[in-house]
Amino acid sequence: MTNSARAVKKPRKPLGTNETFWGYVFLAPVIIGFLVFTAVPVVVSLYYSLTNYDGITDPKFVGFSNYIDLFQNGEFGHALLNSVYFTVGTVPLGAFLALLVAILLNQKIKAQSLYRSAFFIPCIVSYVAIAMVWQWMYNQDYGLINSVLGAMGLPQPGWLATEELAMPSVIIMTIWKGLGYNGVILLAGLQGISPSLYEAAEIDGASAIQRFTRITLPMIRPTMMFVLLTSMIGALQAFDQIYIMTSGGPGRATEVVCYLIYMNAFQYFKQGYASAMAYILFIIIFAASVIQLKVSEKNSEL
Amino acid sequence: MNQGKTKKIVYKTVLHIVLIILSVTMLVPFLWMISSSLKTTQEMFASPPTWIPRYVAWENYTYMLQAAPWMRYFGNTFFISALTIAGQLITCSMAAYAFARLRFKGRNLIFLIYLGTMMIPFQVVMIPQFKIVKILGLVNTHWSLIVPGIFNAFGTFLLRQFFQTIPKELEEAAKIDGCGYPRIFWEIVIKNSKPAIITLVVFTFMNTWNDFQRPLIFLNDDSLWTLSMGLAKFQGTYVTQWNQMMAGALITMVPVLVLYIFAQKYFVQGIVMSGLKE
Repeated sequence: MTNSARAVKKPRKPLGTNETFWGYVFLAPVIIGFLVFTAVPVVVSLYYSLTNYDGITDPKFVGFSNYIDLFQNGEFGHALLNSVYFTVGTVPLGAFLALLVAILLNQKIKAQSLYRSAFFIPCIVSYVAIAMVWQWMYNQDYGLINSVLGAMGLPQPGWLATEELAMPSVIIMTIWKGLGYNGVILLAGLQGISPSLYEAAEIDGASAIQRFTRITLPMIRPTMMFVLLTSMIGALQAFDQIYIMTSGGPGRATEVVCYLIYMNAFQYFKQGYASAMAYILFIIIFAASVIQLKVSEKNSEL
Repeated sequence: MNQGKTKKIVYKTVLHIVLIILSVTMLVPFLWMISSSLKTTQEMFASPPTWIPRYVAWENYTYMLQAAPWMRYFGNTFFISALTIAGQLITCSMAAYAFARLRFKGRNLIFLIYLGTMMIPFQVVMIPQFKIVKILGLVNTHWSLIVPGIFNAFGTFLLRQFFQTIPKELEEAAKIDGCGYPRIFWEIVIKNSKPAIITLVVFTFMNTWNDFQRPLIFLNDDSLWTLSMGLAKFQGTYVTQWNQMMAGALITMVPVLVLYIFAQKYFVQGIVMSGLKE
């Protein structure tokens, strides 16, 4: 029976009959892990967001009051605006600079692997350690940045200590740290463009600028979209550098959503309230990702 | 002809100059960190600042090494990283094999859902995870980081992409010789995937070594802390002496930097792979 069935279906089912069994066996650890540490938490988190859970006593159902609270008390809205500020500040500029870096690293000259390392090293070290280095560089009285500015006769602001400058300071540091990561992804994208396209364009008499706008830019677009999407998701979840460099301050100038969630969940023990904020963040990230994917699809159709 | 050659030399020279300037700019924070870590407190406040310390203050390092149990933090971080890597290698490679090679009902749907989990922010799952870790009796142990950490959708994806490039003929031949799936998985798939496996090891090492938010949440006792946490808490507890802090920052970075020197290629490869998600 099995033999004849196999003989008939041979081209469709070349492997043994226990394939399904082994498929699930090999997937089992990941499925268990996914259920325990992702699926269940996602559901439980939604439940917590509807309770007054404090991390210790049993959660009590309170309906939507956490959500009403967070939209009314202003602190969440403020943090959300800060997160948007941070995201808009880091993502487009960071991606643009990364493209320039990728183009520079794609030129056929010697020592490229050394140059690539210089851009790349910032992204392999921990945010905690490198954020401290930047904190010291931003120091108002003795930091490197103000020493240079002072030598040029320019004003020496308190970078992380002023409300207007704290966020731009963190943004600059974050762009610097992510540059190599995105640069390497875009570099791989550039190297994936077939050289024959450029050769053909050159024969047709296209200038270097035309080759860039007509070949490089359209061909790099999918990679660029990927970089924008992942950087955006990362930026909306920024935490480490804020925790180290400013603790959300001065005042609340750099209090981004994830910092506020952390503080509420693990310092003030308002875990129900923190879960509600996390869910709003989830929805925002999801919606923004879908919009971005739709936009990139539409663009690639044109 | 000759003019074209001159043009090319000029172009390359300009490019080198631009790249050298940019590279040095990128490295300034590191150079400043090293320089500061070797200065006396007095020289830290010199104006204009010096790059080469007049007196090399190694005592910043000896002070730092005594001021906090860095060797213990180092051991903790290493333990967590090593076990997370070992766990990920097992779970990711098994799942990747199933996703890449085995055909069964629901495979593609499960794969899509699993990839989709990468979009879920950690903030959404962290509070229930904390509770689950508590129920499992792992709270305030290294296992609270290791056990959830061994599941990694990105790692699964990375290995799956690589497994798909292994010629199917190898498996077919093994099948004819009567090999079962577990043996094919081990003998053919795993043994032919060294570059992908090293890439995953390097990547996971970097991520666990640098992780901050999870240790911050899951570990209370300072005897369990990781390097990142120890450094952050040190800054919060003591009056900041920047030269000593810079020594501390450098100490925590050294292992990743050393690994980069030896496994540069794999760092880059991991990132390139992460860009090929579509």
